[in-house]
Amino acid sequence: MERDTHFILGVYDDEGVLLHAVEKVRGSGVKIHEVYSPYPVHGLEHVLGYKRSKLPIAAFLFGMLGTSLALTMQFYMMKFDWPMIIGGKDYAAFPDFVPVSFEMTVLLAAFGMVGVFLITSNLKPWAQPRIFDLRSTDDKHIMAIDIANNSSLEVAKIKEILTASGATEVNNKSFE
Amino acid sequence: MQVTSSVRQPLVTGGKTYHDVTHDVSRQVEGKPSKLWFLAFLTAVGVLALGSTALLATLWEGIGMWGLNKTVGWAWDITNFVWWVGIGHAGTLISAVLLLFRQKWRTSINRAAEAMTIFAVICAAMFPVIHMGRPWLGAYWALPLPNTFGSLWVNFNSPLLWDVFAISTYFSVSLVFWYIGLIPDFATIRDRATGLRKIIYGALSFGWDGAAKTWMRYESVSLILAGLATPLVLSVHTIVSFDFATSVIPGWHTTIFPPYFVAGAIFSGFAMVLTLMIITRKVYKLEDYITLEHIELMNIVIIITGSIVGIAYITEFFIAWYSGVEAEQYAFINRATGPYWWAYWSMMTCNVISPQLFWFKKIRTSIVATFLLSLVVNIGMWFERFVIIVTSLHRDYLPSSWAMFYPSWTDVGVYLFTFGLFFTLFFLFAKFFPVINMAEVKSVLKSSSEKAHK
Repeated sequence: MERDTHFILGVYDDEGVLLHAVEKVRGSGVKIHEVYSPYPVHGLEHVLGYKRSKLPIAAFLFGMLGTSLALTMQFYMMKFDWPMIIGGKDYAAFPDFVPVSFEMTVLLAAFGMVGVFLITSNLKPWAQPRIFDLRSTDDKHIMAIDIANNSSLEVAKIKEILTASGATEVNNKSFE
Repeated sequence: MQVTSSVRQPLVTGGKTYHDVTHDVSRQVEGKPSKLWFLAFLTAVGVLALGSTALLATLWEGIGMWGLNKTVGWAWDITNFVWWVGIGHAGTLISAVLLLFRQKWRTSINRAAEAMTIFAVICAAMFPVIHMGRPWLGAYWALPLPNTFGSLWVNFNSPLLWDVFAISTYFSVSLVFWYIGLIPDFATIRDRATGLRKIIYGALSFGWDGAAKTWMRYESVSLILAGLATPLVLSVHTIVSFDFATSVIPGWHTTIFPPYFVAGAIFSGFAMVLTLMIITRKVYKLEDYITLEHIELMNIVIIITGSIVGIAYITEFFIAWYSGVEAEQYAFINRATGPYWWAYWSMMTCNVISPQLFWFKKIRTSIVATFLLSLVVNIGMWFERFVIIVTSLHRDYLPSSWAMFYPSWTDVGVYLFTFGLFFTLFFLFAKFFPVINMAEVKSVLKSSSEKAHK
C-alpha cells in the first residue's frame, strides 16, 4: 500500500480528551500522521513529541541583519560618502542613528520570520491543502493515521484504539 | 485542563459552542449585505467622493490651496496626520501588548482593532505624502536613494526621516500581524463555502489546514511578532513626538513629549475602537462576543491614559514656569488665554474632564454613555494636536509676524476625504473579512464560557 493515501481519522470534540487520546494512541504504538484543530491547543505539540520551533532563532538572525544593515547604511552615507555638518553634530552622530536602526531591526525580524514560517509551513496562495475533514476548521479535532505507516497493526485494531481513546467518530479517508 | 473562574465574568456569553462561534462570525461574510450596510457604505463612498475634490484641488493647484501662511506653516495636515497615527495605535496595542500580558479579553476585539489600525495609518500616511505638493516628483526623496547630482543622501539626523522609517515599518508589520491572524479564519470560511467563494478564500487562506505543527509555529510567530510590535508601537508615536520635541519652538521643545504622545495615542485609539465596536456589535448582533465586560475594560484603559494625558498637560505648565524661560512661559499662557483659548479648553474638557466620568460604574457600563464619550475623546484628541501645533506657531519670534490660522475649504475637504477612506475600508473589511478572530475566541471559549459543548 502506498504511503500518504489511505488514512484512518479519529474525530474528537474536546481538547482535553484529545490531549489524553494522543498520549494513549502513541502509547499503544500507533504512529500519528498529524492532528488538525480549529484553534491552537496548548500542549498538543508536547504530547505529539514535536521539537520546539526554531522560528525565534530566525527572527533573531533577521533582526541582527536589520540592525547591521541599518547601521552600515547610515554610517556609510553620513560619515564616509558625503559627510556634512548638521546641527553642529559629529558626522557619525550615533544617537541619531538609533531610531532608524531600531525600526529596521523590527522590520527585518518580522518579515524574515514570517517568510520562514510561510515557507516551512508551505503556506502560499496557490497551495492546495489536503483537507481530511471539513469540520477541522470549525469545531472538531481530527487525528489522522496513515495506514501504510502502521502496517504492523491491523486496521480494526487501530480503530479500536481510537474509539477507546475517546474519539466520537472513526472514519476512513483516502486521497487519489 | 482549564477551569472556569468564579471571579471573572465569562468572556463569551450565551453558552456558545465552537460551531456557534464559526456560524455567528462567518454568516456576516456569507450572507447578502444588509440594506443598513449598503447605506453606510454608500455614505462613506459619498464622503470619499466629496473629499476627493479637495484632494484633487491640492494636487492640481498645490498646497497654496490650504489655509497655511508664512507664520503657521504646519496646521491641519500635520494635526490630521498625528490624529490618525494616534488612532492607529490601539489595534497593535490590543493585539500585541495584551497578548504579552495574557489578557484573554483581547481575542474578541483584536481583529477589528487591527483593521482599524491599518486603515488609520493609511489615512495618516497620506498627509506627509500630499504635503510635498508634487508627490509624484517628491515621494522618493524621503527614501535613502542618492540624488541625481551625486551621492547626496537623506538626512539621518532628522526626526522627519525617522518618521518615514517608523510609520512604514509600523504599517507593514501591523499588516503582516493582522494577516497571519486572518489565515486560519479564512480557512474556516473556505471550508464552509462552495464555488467562487471557495476559490477566493482558498487563496486568501494560503492553504491552511490547521495541522498541529503549523499551529505550533503560528503560536511562536504570534508571540514573537507581539514582542516586536510592542516596542514598535511605543516607538512610533515617540518618533512622531520627536518631530516636535527636537525642534526649538517654545511649546514643542519638551522632553515629556514621547510618553505623553504615546499615552494620548492609546487614549484616542481605544476611543475609536469603542466607537466602531459598539456599532459593529449592534449591527452584527455580536453582543455575546463583545460584552459589557469588554467595554468596561476598554473604558478603564481610557481613564488611565486620559489621566496620564491630563497630568502631562499640567506638567507642561509646571515645567514652563519652573524653567524660568520666558518664551516657554508665554507659549503656555497664550495657549490657555490667547486667541486659541477655545481650542485649549475644548481639549481640556474633552480629554481630561470627560473621561473621569468613567469612574462611575453606571457610566462605564452604559453603552450609550460610552459611545458618546468615545466621540468626545476623539474630538478632544484632535484639538490637542491642533493646540500643540497651531498655538505654538502662530506667535512667531517677531511680533510683526504674528498671525492666525484659518482653514480653507481644501483643508476641511482633505480631512473629510480621509474619513471617507477610513470608513469605506472599514465597511469593506466588516463585510468581507471575519470581524472576530474565530480561532482565538475558540481557544478561550472553554475556560470562559459556561458551556462550550452541547
